[in-house]
Amino acid sequence: MNIFRFSSPQTFYPLAGKLVPVFATLAALCCAAGLYIGFFVAPVDAVQGEVYRVIYIHVAAAWMSMFIYLVMAFWSAIGLGLGTRLSFYVTQALAPTGALFCFIALWSGALWGRPTWGAYWVWDARLTSQLLLLFLYFGFIALTRSIEDPRRADKAGAIVALVGAVNVPIIYFSVKWWSTLHQGASVGAGSSASVAASIKLGMLVMAFAAWFYSLAVTFARTRSIILERERHTDWAAAEIARLGSRNNREDR
Amino acid sequence: MQWQSFSEFIAMGGRGFFVWGSYGVSFLLIAAELWLLHQRRKQSLQRLCQLQQIEKD
Repeated sequence: MNIFRFSSPQTFYPLAGKLVPVFATLAALCCAAGLYIGFFVAPVDAVQGEVYRVIYIHVAAAWMSMFIYLVMAFWSAIGLGLGTRLSFYVTQALAPTGALFCFIALWSGALWGRPTWGAYWVWDARLTSQLLLLFLYFGFIALTRSIEDPRRADKAGAIVALVGAVNVPIIYFSVKWWSTLHQGASVGAGSSASVAASIKLGMLVMAFAAWFYSLAVTFARTRSIILERERHTDWAAAEIARLGSRNNREDR
Repeated sequence: MQWQSFSEFIAMGGRGFFVWGSYGVSFLLIAAELWLLHQRRKQSLQRLCQLQQIEKD
């Protein structure tokens, strides 16, 4: 099978349509399992008490917010290099979900920080670089929507995505490079924390939930973008006509 | 099982506001994104159908 076949919007559109419900179901299942493990199986934290349970949404959202930006940068590079339209569509479909997870990470972090550090917000390296990531997402969305010529918007957005990607390793390693209030990594290379296996499992399952959710939402959004951008092609025009006539029947 | 009662679960060791404030807002925003996505699909389709109609005439 030639995987490059799916780089054409025409083949990706129906494939994404089939995958969206699969990913959505997996996301719901992982979320339920992850929250169950996090709230009913995992023990209380010896130092922080029950408030540490924010970790299950906080870490999954923070990982996802960084990962989505890297994926956007990757597809931007492919789009700029190979001129594949679908790469730009996917990049633009990812941005709102990345911004959402970025905000969730900041919000849950603030609510976690208040009882543990005594402050909702401090201007330290980790928090500031994560806030910058949110502004990069907003900047990308604002820029791509404000340029009228879609092809120019694609390219301008891709450059923002590529340049901004420098910020992601800065966020990730900020807790090592600078002395910050934010605790070090709980899992992964160089983590010093001793974390119970059930806590790690809960975090991992929630991370999978965030992955599947992002895939489902992004694919659904990409389908809308494909129809908008490809509406002059024969297949997309036929699809629009088909969906339009189906909606009209439902209205009657 | 960690919790002796439902009220103990809600209290989260006295940190209920912070724990449930995190999860509540997160899931509210996720629900909002799903709703906006649905609206976007509907409105975009309506507009595309109109454009198609205009271009045909």
